[in-house]
Amino acid sequence: MSTDRLAVRKTYKLYVNGAFPRSESGRIYEVTDAKGAFLANAAWASRKDARDAVVAARAASAKWSGATAYNRGQVLYRVAEVMEGRHAQFCDEVAAGEGLSSSKARAAVDAAIDRWVWYAGWTDKLGAVLGGSNPVAGPYFDFSVPEPTGVVAILAPQRSSLLGLVSVLAPVLAGGSTAVVVTSKARPLPAVTLGEVLATSDVPGGVVNVLTGDAGEIGPWLAEHDDVDGIDLTGAPAGQAMELERLAAGGIKRVVRPPAEEPDWSADPGLSRLTPFLETKTVWHPMGL
Amino acid sequence: MTRLFEYAPAPESRSIVDVAPSYGLFVDGEFVDGSGAPFKTINPATEEVLSEVATGTAEDVDRAVRAARRAFTRLWGPMRPADRGKYLFRIARLLQERAREFAVLESLDNGKPIRESRDVDVPLAAAHFLYHAGWADKLDWAGLGPGPKPLGVAGQVIPWNFPLLMLAWKVAPALATGNTVVLKPAETTPLTALLFAEVCRQADLPPGVVNIVTGAGDTGRAVVGHADVDKVAFTGSTEVGRSIARAVAGTRKKLTLELGGKAANIVFDDAPIDQAVEGIVQGIFFNQGHVCCAGSRLLVQENVHDEVIASLQRRIGTLRLGDPLDKNTDIGAINSHLQLERIRQLADIGEAEGANRWQPACDLPERGFWFPPTVFTDVSPAHRIARDEVFGPVLSVLTFRTPDEAVAKANNTTYGLSAGIWTEKGSRILAIADRLRAGVVWANCFNEFDPTSPFGGYKQSGYGREGGRHGLAAYLKGATE
Repeated sequence: MSTDRLAVRKTYKLYVNGAFPRSESGRIYEVTDAKGAFLANAAWASRKDARDAVVAARAASAKWSGATAYNRGQVLYRVAEVMEGRHAQFCDEVAAGEGLSSSKARAAVDAAIDRWVWYAGWTDKLGAVLGGSNPVAGPYFDFSVPEPTGVVAILAPQRSSLLGLVSVLAPVLAGGSTAVVVTSKARPLPAVTLGEVLATSDVPGGVVNVLTGDAGEIGPWLAEHDDVDGIDLTGAPAGQAMELERLAAGGIKRVVRPPAEEPDWSADPGLSRLTPFLETKTVWHPMGL
Repeated sequence: MTRLFEYAPAPESRSIVDVAPSYGLFVDGEFVDGSGAPFKTINPATEEVLSEVATGTAEDVDRAVRAARRAFTRLWGPMRPADRGKYLFRIARLLQERAREFAVLESLDNGKPIRESRDVDVPLAAAHFLYHAGWADKLDWAGLGPGPKPLGVAGQVIPWNFPLLMLAWKVAPALATGNTVVLKPAETTPLTALLFAEVCRQADLPPGVVNIVTGAGDTGRAVVGHADVDKVAFTGSTEVGRSIARAVAGTRKKLTLELGGKAANIVFDDAPIDQAVEGIVQGIFFNQGHVCCAGSRLLVQENVHDEVIASLQRRIGTLRLGDPLDKNTDIGAINSHLQLERIRQLADIGEAEGANRWQPACDLPERGFWFPPTVFTDVSPAHRIARDEVFGPVLSVLTFRTPDEAVAKANNTTYGLSAGIWTEKGSRILAIADRLRAGVVWANCFNEFDPTSPFGGYKQSGYGREGGRHGLAAYLKGATE
């Protein structure tokens, strides 16, 4: 292979409302590989970027939550398809950022793609598995259905930059909510690339908004934002989770608390990340001639 | 007021219930003294003192939590699930046997009409225990993940609007899933919970499985804040719910909140008006409007507004307000002086902001706390009476022209507990129900409840569900719902 060609490097930007802006603050920070070598400058998202992202997520909510489960499932499967085509790029970024061997990086990327497939298949089963009819003691037809919570802020895991990210993001989308994600601070590059995948995967703009930067800085604004309905604190900085949960209490937000330590994301995800951002609606109607 | 047909008084006898002059706390299977200063509970219809009730302090709560922990670890946790279920069946049967006593006591302490305590509160409380009794040995089939395990000790704080029923909503699922309980009833309505303690004794429920600690806000804070409580369940105001969510932040405690509401009851022009009017009355005047899911905002399609309001006023004119123990009473007493003041204040603000107040000619008893059924028309979405939960017999009427406008106005609230839809068109019911951001939607009915039917809110009306398979998740470890 010829080595005299100078590579074209990528500018890593935010992904907000289907576009790739720089941070309005003009701030960037240096991202290095696991050994400390320079990889790229990432956009350092600000409070204003976070608010723009929430506006975009709210605007996208009606269409995404109103899409048929069949359609949502296909869109999520499409994400897996497009990721597959960028497999090598994800492997390089994960290996560099997380300091993994190429085989371990490949395993993480494989699992991340397969996770989209798993959640893609859930969209049109949730109603049957989590809802149903209720045999009330009276002449009524009474049924319960799961519905999306709305706009969910996600503080993505700090260590697992792609598999961890997909593991917290895909279930929110599968359930029909839209998302504002704050990426791993030190390892943000796979998240930006995932944004590029989402932009070309039939996921409507605004459904996922990716902010690279510091969860400790942006987290409080998202936790107390009145137009955010739920928050996943998985990647919250140690020692800050309690403060964030307290802020979220103001708006009675749905909160997923951070685990004591970052879990093994390769484990079977089950339903535990789908249900926190689903609401159960129960509808009654009388029966009569 | 003269009526064509007047009703003779038909009071239910209160001799069926013995109210003791004073009550202690129910801890570890025994009634014990509380360490705080006792408080009086009164009959809100007469202001007569019914009894003096102990106040549990932080030390008392600690004793109760330790009893609950012991019972959980040694007995209730390891017990064969089928036996746990049998205890719940026993409790359900005892509630049915003593139903009349509970109904009279509830109406005395709360002020609600005996017709409601007799036909709704008490039978539904028994139904909740019966329903959950059956779950105790079937949790593996509840679809909540493999081998579901109880959390441990549940701290539960309940409101005064449905004292026994809210106890049942909290205690039945907690016990069925293998948890033990420390429950704090509301300070204005502690008596049926204390009678329930007697039921636990008659059922031979092991000591410590259910502990009842009476008191006011401080006692509640001690229950919620106790370090050895694994689960907090609260029903009450959104304001208190917020403070509880803050208090449990950063702990391991699992939290469910059932908070306030400002439900829209939407009447389309094709609705059968007479039925809708019954539903509007049931929606807002049931239990004096002391209902978190009350249909307190009537959204009526503009072209039928006058017809609906005329019919509604005619119907309200036939409601009988007075002695809660009278079997003909439709509207009982407001639960407390404090609540009455809040209702009066918000109604006055409604008038001051420009809405039209209408109340039927209605004699209020001289003693006790009373507020007549009230309808505000010409209400704008910005008015306080269209936004704040009044928690009283006060209906705010707004209008709309199109289904889209109805949905937009219905969802224009920070709450999301319930909603109502009145129309003859089935496809419209389903389309509107789909777009309403509310946990319970009653179509062509209102304020129906059942233990098999999940109940709970969207948005700032809280999270978690009570009832049905969904309600079990609140009391199980790692349950995926």
